[in-house]
Amino acid sequence: MPPSGNAAPSDTPVIEFRQAGYALPSGPTLLRDLSLTVRRGETLVLLGRSGAGKTTALKLINRLLDATAGEVRVEGRPVAEWDAIALRRRIGYVVQEVGLFPHFTIERNIALVPRLEGWPEQRIRARVVELFDLVGLDAHGFSPRYPHELSGGQRQRVGVARALAADPPILLMDEPFGALDPLTRGEIQEEFRALQQRLGKTIVLVTHDVGEALLLGARIALLEAGKLTGVYSPKEFLRSAEPVASAYAAHRRALEREQESP
Amino acid sequence: MSLFTFFTRHAGEIWQAVGEHAWLVGAAVIIAVALGVPLGVVVARKGWLAKPVLGAANIAETIPSLALFGFLLPVPWLGARADRLAITALALYALLPIVRNTAAGIAGVDPAVRESARAMGMTPRQLLFQVELPLALPTVVAGVRVATVLAIGIATIAAAIGAGGLGEFIFRGLAMVSNPLILAGAIPAAVLAIAADALLGFIERRLRPAR
Repeated sequence: MPPSGNAAPSDTPVIEFRQAGYALPSGPTLLRDLSLTVRRGETLVLLGRSGAGKTTALKLINRLLDATAGEVRVEGRPVAEWDAIALRRRIGYVVQEVGLFPHFTIERNIALVPRLEGWPEQRIRARVVELFDLVGLDAHGFSPRYPHELSGGQRQRVGVARALAADPPILLMDEPFGALDPLTRGEIQEEFRALQQRLGKTIVLVTHDVGEALLLGARIALLEAGKLTGVYSPKEFLRSAEPVASAYAAHRRALEREQESP
Repeated sequence: MSLFTFFTRHAGEIWQAVGEHAWLVGAAVIIAVALGVPLGVVVARKGWLAKPVLGAANIAETIPSLALFGFLLPVPWLGARADRLAITALALYALLPIVRNTAAGIAGVDPAVRESARAMGMTPRQLLFQVELPLALPTVVAGVRVATVLAIGIATIAAAIGAGGLGEFIFRGLAMVSNPLILAGAIPAAVLAIAADALLGFIERRLRPAR
């Protein structure tokens, strides 16, 4: 596994939102005036309820959507100036539905970006084995199978492997573990946390699950109705007096109390 | 004269007519695929084109086949040869199911799959040829199947303009009030249609992923 950037978070901004906004062509504004910086090697969580604009913000980064106001910069350059294809090949993307290609074997799914990038076959094969190992799947058993033959958890692991295939410095994740049963989710979250520390990627993770935000996020950006209400470290988040953050924190405490008293 | 002896006595002519019939239908379906699949892709890409294109193809479908053959007769290059004209008309009929199914097949690709293809940095071309078309293929083949069966039936009318095929027997039989002659055209045409349907249905099932 070649290192891509330093493992320790630094102050270099990798992703910058500058008063970025997005409005649908039909009128409604999904995201307004977002200013936010993601530093190299950190995991920033976008937390909020459905419709808060989290996914919209995420898609502005890899230009699945183009900002209609302000701008988004990646590695110091406005994304509008990037070639969209080149930009996306530097950014891994994992979503809840995974979106594996049903007509590709697992091997071809994982090797997708390296093949698009024209890596030599030898290197691709070695990389795929490495990735299987990284996400805890048996390379030999899974390579020739098709996505529909896998369980939800296995598919999600393949999705992570595919996103990491060409060793992109940035990883975008949209509710990546949302569709999994609680046990599997817990396991994969823990594994992912270990992976995160090993790889030192710059990660933006969207979730509506406070537990996941606190577990995986170095900082938590709270969105509400298309607006950023604050950015917190996990500790600050739990102590925050801001109404939405404290509502989340209270909900979290209530859950913990319930678990303690049988 | 029994039907069986009629068939054995005229086997040579019947086989020749089957050959002509297959040629008319085969050429027409190939042309319809060559035009219909790209058209279907365009329709799937540009939503606003769906109505005019499918509308036009629908109208072509509603023109009675005998009338369409007649309409095309005075067209300079087309009218010069009966089989050329028949193939053109049959291709027009075969077009609609192929365009419609190609468009539907592409529209039916899971949005999460399409989005992740884009997010992985696939170019629109790679998305089309590596993801959308392969996933739409079973639906496209289903359209080709409908188009082929349709064309085999309509091709019997082509005999009216002298394009040959199994319709020759049917028209002659009608004129001579001879049931064996009509059946000598109708039965092979039906068998041809059933065989094409079964073959393309088999291909379609093989292509459909177990999901």
